[in-house]
Amino acid sequence: MTETTLVQAVNLALARAMTEDKRVIILGEDVGRDGGVFRATDGLYARFGAERVRDTPMSEAGIGGISVGLAAAGFKPVAEIQFTGFIFPVIDQINNHASRFRTRTHGHLSCPMVVRAPCGGGIHAPEHHSESPEAMFTNIPGLRVIIPSSPRRAYGLLLAAIRGSDPVVFMEPTKLYRGAREEMTDDGKALPVDRCFVLREGKDVTLVAWGAMVPEVLVTAAQWETKGVSAEVIDVATLKPLDAETIINSVKKTGRCVIVHEAPLTGGFGGEIAARVAEGAFSSLLAPIERVAGYDTVMPLPKLENIYLPDAARIGSAIERAMAYA
Amino acid sequence: MKSKEIAVKKIAAHFDINYTRYIDATGKPVQALPKDADKATLIALYHALVRTRTFDAKAVALQRTGRLGTYASSIGQEAVSIGAASAMRPDDIFIPSFREHGGQLWRGSTPTELFLYWGSDERGNYFAKAPYDFPNCVPVGSHAPHAAGVALALKLRNEPRAVVCVFGDGATSKGDVYEGMNFAGVWKLPVVFVISNNQWAISVPRNEQSAAQTLAQKAIAAGIPGEQVDGDDVVAVRAVVGAALERARKGEGAHVIEAVTYRLGDHTTADDASRYRKDSEVTPHWQEEPVKRLHQYLTTAGFWNKNDEDNLLKQVNAEIDAAAEAYLATPAPDPAVMFDYTYAKLPAELQAQKQAMLKSLLSARGRQAAE
Repeated sequence: MTETTLVQAVNLALARAMTEDKRVIILGEDVGRDGGVFRATDGLYARFGAERVRDTPMSEAGIGGISVGLAAAGFKPVAEIQFTGFIFPVIDQINNHASRFRTRTHGHLSCPMVVRAPCGGGIHAPEHHSESPEAMFTNIPGLRVIIPSSPRRAYGLLLAAIRGSDPVVFMEPTKLYRGAREEMTDDGKALPVDRCFVLREGKDVTLVAWGAMVPEVLVTAAQWETKGVSAEVIDVATLKPLDAETIINSVKKTGRCVIVHEAPLTGGFGGEIAARVAEGAFSSLLAPIERVAGYDTVMPLPKLENIYLPDAARIGSAIERAMAYA
Repeated sequence: MKSKEIAVKKIAAHFDINYTRYIDATGKPVQALPKDADKATLIALYHALVRTRTFDAKAVALQRTGRLGTYASSIGQEAVSIGAASAMRPDDIFIPSFREHGGQLWRGSTPTELFLYWGSDERGNYFAKAPYDFPNCVPVGSHAPHAAGVALALKLRNEPRAVVCVFGDGATSKGDVYEGMNFAGVWKLPVVFVISNNQWAISVPRNEQSAAQTLAQKAIAAGIPGEQVDGDDVVAVRAVVGAALERARKGEGAHVIEAVTYRLGDHTTADDASRYRKDSEVTPHWQEEPVKRLHQYLTTAGFWNKNDEDNLLKQVNAEIDAAAEAYLATPAPDPAVMFDYTYAKLPAELQAQKQAMLKSLLSARGRQAAE
């Protein structure tokens, strides 16, 4: 069996969703003939036609708004925003419309739509191509925020996102598009969007991460195993709504918690998780909750991005600090 | 220079913006009325204008006495949305801004539903008799792309339906509006964008909103036809929107119609227009407003007399008063609804928040009862 990359997994999920549901429409800049700048929609234009795989004008707010209209009128748009750096004009449509249509109309109209966007650093991309703005979305009621960290989870979570009835921001880590690969089958099985994934069991410290930080954390956990520290690794994956229970239960067991994300520290989603852990596992905590995040700086250009991005060394230092409390 | 050709100036593109009017400010026809603007239709339009103005006055009165939230009056510009809505078929889709009470009422939304909305109750955001119409859109102009999206849905399903989207002069300065028009142009979508140009975006006048000679010409950049209409002439609005809808249904694409009107009132009940515009500017527009104009036409044509007027006023006053009573008698919404429609299925963490809210409400009520 050959291995599938994360971007191929996205492509398989899109193709599967389009095959099983005629209401699914893909739209975005260069998603058609070009197959998307990362090739996430490669081959779909030829297979499903120009009506259902739509190249749009250069118009992010328009793509968001068109998707709201399509969704409210019975379709299931899957919009691609080329990079999260360009997603900001869409926030108006997501916040003011997509995420509140069902509440505003007491269920008479709703917006089952998915906005996909590549996110994060580590691929030496130009300015505005490496951002991690998930926390701008996690504060929006009615929205789901999903960030996969492996091909299988990308496939299963994207299928769940498209099949579901809620608006979803689905952020795909560019570093993992081709950097993450594993054997998987295109079996049409969706994954739950209300559970964190415990990727590794441990008893001394809980490492919580999502997106491209997950492989980094797994590597760190393996390193610390040899030093006699047993780390549990949780991939949050579905940030909103958050499955705090799985994280809290883990910290109750380990007594220590290190949260890792690429986005800037202040106001980052790690703060929310830290608060939940403090509320839910206070009496089990042996050490202060640690956060390892991007700095509160502008995302640096590629020459400095690896200094900005949390790595095994920084995560390791946080584990060390936590382990110092016996 | 490779070529020896002499560069010459030529016209690369050319466009005109038409302006349509049937009935002038004094109620006189300036051209023969459209054939379908028969006596019954004209009376129905007049009824709608008066009904809307009555609704408006009641809403303002309720707000002034603390029984309605902030309200955006449509006084003076009723003909725009009524004209547009009256050109639509019932299964077309209306996507309004927030000053289109007349159009909503014409489409079957009830005055009680509209009072509920303006009285801060979400049960006024969906309409039993117009289930596919969108609720009001407060973030200005952000609904223009929705209209294109709904129109795309209709087109993909090969349904002979169309969308009417209304927004104001201020909205035309927003990128969203251009993006919606541009999509509609590129994809030839069945949507009619109606600009209700009432000359004021709160305190900013039309000439500070755009240096463009007309707002209708914004359509040209999107490759779709744009035209102006006398927005105080309900017959004219109905005719041009009707023609645009006809084109849209035949697959000929989108249209932009700038209805030139005037906001006789404040922006909303929270606004005081005397801070930024003089009465002397407003006064002449009272001579052009749509109700008076059509009344004059009907009277001159022998279609309407004082008895008809008295009966109509009695009827709409009774209807609007009853609707206001029904609104005022509507019990407050169940607090649980703020949670119940957030997601298709309430997530566990929201379920917990909902229970906590209900518990805190119960204990607050318990404390009140004890006191």
